[in-house]
Amino acid sequence: MLQGWFIVLTSFAYIGLLFFIAWYADRRAQAGRSLIANPWVYSLSLAVYATAWTFYGSVGRAATDGVGFLPIYIGPTLLLLLGWFVLRKMIRIARLQRTTSLADFISSRYGKSALLGGLVTVIAVIGILPYISLQLKAVSTSFQILLQYPEIVMPPKAGTAQVMQDTAFYVALFMALFSIAFGTRQLDAAERHEGMVAAIAFESIVKLVAFLAVGIYVAFWMYDGLGDIFSRAAGRPDLDVLLAPLGGAAGSYASWVWFTVLSMLAFVFLPRQFQVAVIEATDERHLKRAAWLFPLYVLAINLFVLPIAFGGLLRFPEGGVDADTFVLTLPMSQHAEALALLVFVGGLSAATGMVIVETVALSTMVCNDLVMPLLLRVKAFRLGEQRDLSLLLLDIRRAAIVAILMGGYFYYLLAGEAYALVSIGLISFAAVAQFAPAAIGGLYWKGGTRQGALAGLAAGFAVWTWTLLIPAFVRSDWISRELLERGPWGLEFLKPTQLFGLAGLDPITHALIWSAIFNAGAYVLVSLSSRQSASEHAQATLYVDVFTQMGEPGTQWRGAASASALQALVGRFLGPARAAELFTAYAHARGVQRIDELEGDRELVRFAELQLAGTIGAASARTMVATVAQEEPLGLEEVMTILDEASQLIAYSHRLEEKQLALEVATAELQAANERLKELDRLKDDFISTVTHELRTPLTSIRAFSEILHDNPDLDPAERQRFLGLVIKESERLTRLINQVLDLAKLESGHADWRSEDLDMREVVGEAVSATSALFRSKGVRIQASLAPAPPVRGDRDRLMQVLLNLLSNAVKFSTPGTGRVEVRLSGDGSFVRVEVEDNGVGIGPEHQAVIFEKFRQVGDTLTEKPAGTGLGLAICRRIIAHLGGRLWVESEPGRGSVFAFTLPVAAEDARAAD
Amino acid sequence: MPKPASRAHRIVGLFLAACLLFNYPLLAVFNVSGTVWGVPILYAYLFTAWGIAILLAALVVDGRE
Repeated sequence: MLQGWFIVLTSFAYIGLLFFIAWYADRRAQAGRSLIANPWVYSLSLAVYATAWTFYGSVGRAATDGVGFLPIYIGPTLLLLLGWFVLRKMIRIARLQRTTSLADFISSRYGKSALLGGLVTVIAVIGILPYISLQLKAVSTSFQILLQYPEIVMPPKAGTAQVMQDTAFYVALFMALFSIAFGTRQLDAAERHEGMVAAIAFESIVKLVAFLAVGIYVAFWMYDGLGDIFSRAAGRPDLDVLLAPLGGAAGSYASWVWFTVLSMLAFVFLPRQFQVAVIEATDERHLKRAAWLFPLYVLAINLFVLPIAFGGLLRFPEGGVDADTFVLTLPMSQHAEALALLVFVGGLSAATGMVIVETVALSTMVCNDLVMPLLLRVKAFRLGEQRDLSLLLLDIRRAAIVAILMGGYFYYLLAGEAYALVSIGLISFAAVAQFAPAAIGGLYWKGGTRQGALAGLAAGFAVWTWTLLIPAFVRSDWISRELLERGPWGLEFLKPTQLFGLAGLDPITHALIWSAIFNAGAYVLVSLSSRQSASEHAQATLYVDVFTQMGEPGTQWRGAASASALQALVGRFLGPARAAELFTAYAHARGVQRIDELEGDRELVRFAELQLAGTIGAASARTMVATVAQEEPLGLEEVMTILDEASQLIAYSHRLEEKQLALEVATAELQAANERLKELDRLKDDFISTVTHELRTPLTSIRAFSEILHDNPDLDPAERQRFLGLVIKESERLTRLINQVLDLAKLESGHADWRSEDLDMREVVGEAVSATSALFRSKGVRIQASLAPAPPVRGDRDRLMQVLLNLLSNAVKFSTPGTGRVEVRLSGDGSFVRVEVEDNGVGIGPEHQAVIFEKFRQVGDTLTEKPAGTGLGLAICRRIIAHLGGRLWVESEPGRGSVFAFTLPVAAEDARAAD
Repeated sequence: MPKPASRAHRIVGLFLAACLLFNYPLLAVFNVSGTVWGVPILYAYLFTAWGIAILLAALVVDGRE
């Protein structure tokens, strides 16, 4: 079953199956039921990372280096842990910017620079050629070995056969055809290849199954389990060193670390990985599943690498069989034909998967970022005038695919035999790692500039060429070996493999260290010493702050173009029918019926640019849109708007400061108010305790006399009468006290009822004097009133009467009977009326003059003397007068009597009349 | 009650732990001759550590919040 025709037939049947899957997935996508929009397919499509290099080369590397092949697979495991931060950001940006490729992604970040996109493309193509040649080598070698069955013979060396009879040439040709058929069947604005991704996911399953089948076969059929293989290997001194080999055969720990870092970067920046992980991603949440599913896949496919390697070394001890072919030659040596065929198909799927995605990604880059910008700039091609460019775009991509695969073939002829599979792949890894500073720096550092990115990429690529590519050519004898041994022009410090005298490292680590230093160094230094343009700055913000921004991104076009011109432009790249479809949908979304009713505003221009960007890349799209939408210079009005916005911001911040100040003031006021409230609370407590004390005094008297009366029924009637009189007197005092407390509480709380009327004070004072005349007479005190005419005041007659009666009764109380004399005076001027009550009594010492107006404060020792009043009268008087807008005070000297006086404002109308 | 660490913090922690697992000096500890059930120690260590890292990734990254 291993005849040539059968192998070829199987291969084509397999490819046919892939086409069917792709066709089915495309159909499902058109029906809106995407086959690839789930995390399992996404994770499997990431496994395009495992190529023929993994499938055949890992065993080859393990046979010489032991576990040295593992960092290449541990790196992606580590990176996917960070994928939730890094890859998710890339996916979000790519979707918003309609990114079509890695070159597009980087050039967009730096102001949609066509030069940068072109440089990225050149580096990617040159860097990937060795990797593609590796796939060609693997497939053609495995095919030729399989053809020799049942003999196990290594195929002739590359370059020895005529091109027309070289298997590798035909493999390259067929692969170009597959890739064209898969990747460039149609031109889509979204630049997504659902069918391709579905086929890749399927291929990932096939290669895993094939490899596991060989592994299990070798470990458990050919040998008696893993332990058996390893113990046999331990018996061979030449193999024993491979068993614990770090620091020895597998290279230093430094190599281990650098290979891990290298594979982390390659996992993102290989064009095919960027394609499946970012461009083709349907949902960024799929990264969560991929974070463990892809590492699990890689772990599974590596599980049997060492057993197969040791199995092969044990089975072919004489060394005539290349370790890179053990996966295939071990089943062949046991005449397991079906398994050998399965291995071949597995290797084929690993290689085709890689080649298809890689060439599609590269051809998109070549077309969008290299050829189109050139064609558009060179006026001689008159590209601007052609009507439909969509076919031209497809043709450019097809040509690019063929060219890339032929390039890979020639690299294979040139250098393919000089290295094992793994070493070839690592050279490509090191090339794409050069994108890391510009791309990752651009994601997190707004300060990175276009010049910085250009300088970093150029420097890194130059170091890579010098330290890895040139030595590869030297090894295949295209360049004299003297360069490696003596350096160029005898300059030893420039020796490619020991640059600046750095020796003792493997070539990849050596190249990585120097290129990282030059690349990142140039990127940072030049960025720091150059300035960004406006569009660069805008794009930098869009990238770095993609998670915090709202709304649609895209540099704002200042300018406009007619809808029909824009539609014609998009139509030239996407086909007129598709363009009409897109614009009609846009018109409906904007609420108009027909395309020519659309306003050619900047929104429409941006819409057209985004559609184009999805097809020809951001840089070319901008150039093309610029041909129809002439950007207007910054007008005075716009400058004013910008200034206006700035001044608004300043005003806003001023307002904030003012508010803060106001808040501070309010806080201080609140604090003061709080203090005051606390003070009032304390006063209230004092007041209540005083009131209860004052109430208790008469109550105690009443109770004492009542108890005497109660306990002595046979009391002398005269004595009884006297006690009852005291009880009545104390009760009256108590009633008065309670009334006054209530009155005071009313006044203080502001709940008192006030009447307001014009009063003639002469009349009020006269009435008060006559009301108290009986009292005066009974006490033997003389009263005299001298009432001058006074203008009317506004106030409450009853309250004023209360004040006057209180003052008069006080005067009586403190005057000596017989000689006592009280004089009441009334006077008035234009604004105030003044009332004075003068007595010739005991007088009040200056230390008491202030306190007598407070509650329950009386002159004299309250402990020894019987209180003469409630202690509330003057407090109430002062409140009443204050409420009426006047003032109450006392002038006195002890022993010379006192004068209580108050003023009241004249009623408003009369005050005016007086003026 | 203190808030549990956010998913992002746990992911970064796992990443750092994984970096430690696959690096000098831990590698050197297991870089010795000898076998576990017939498998060389370094080989067994690498795949076990890898498997644990994958399991933790499934729990931390893809698990419920």
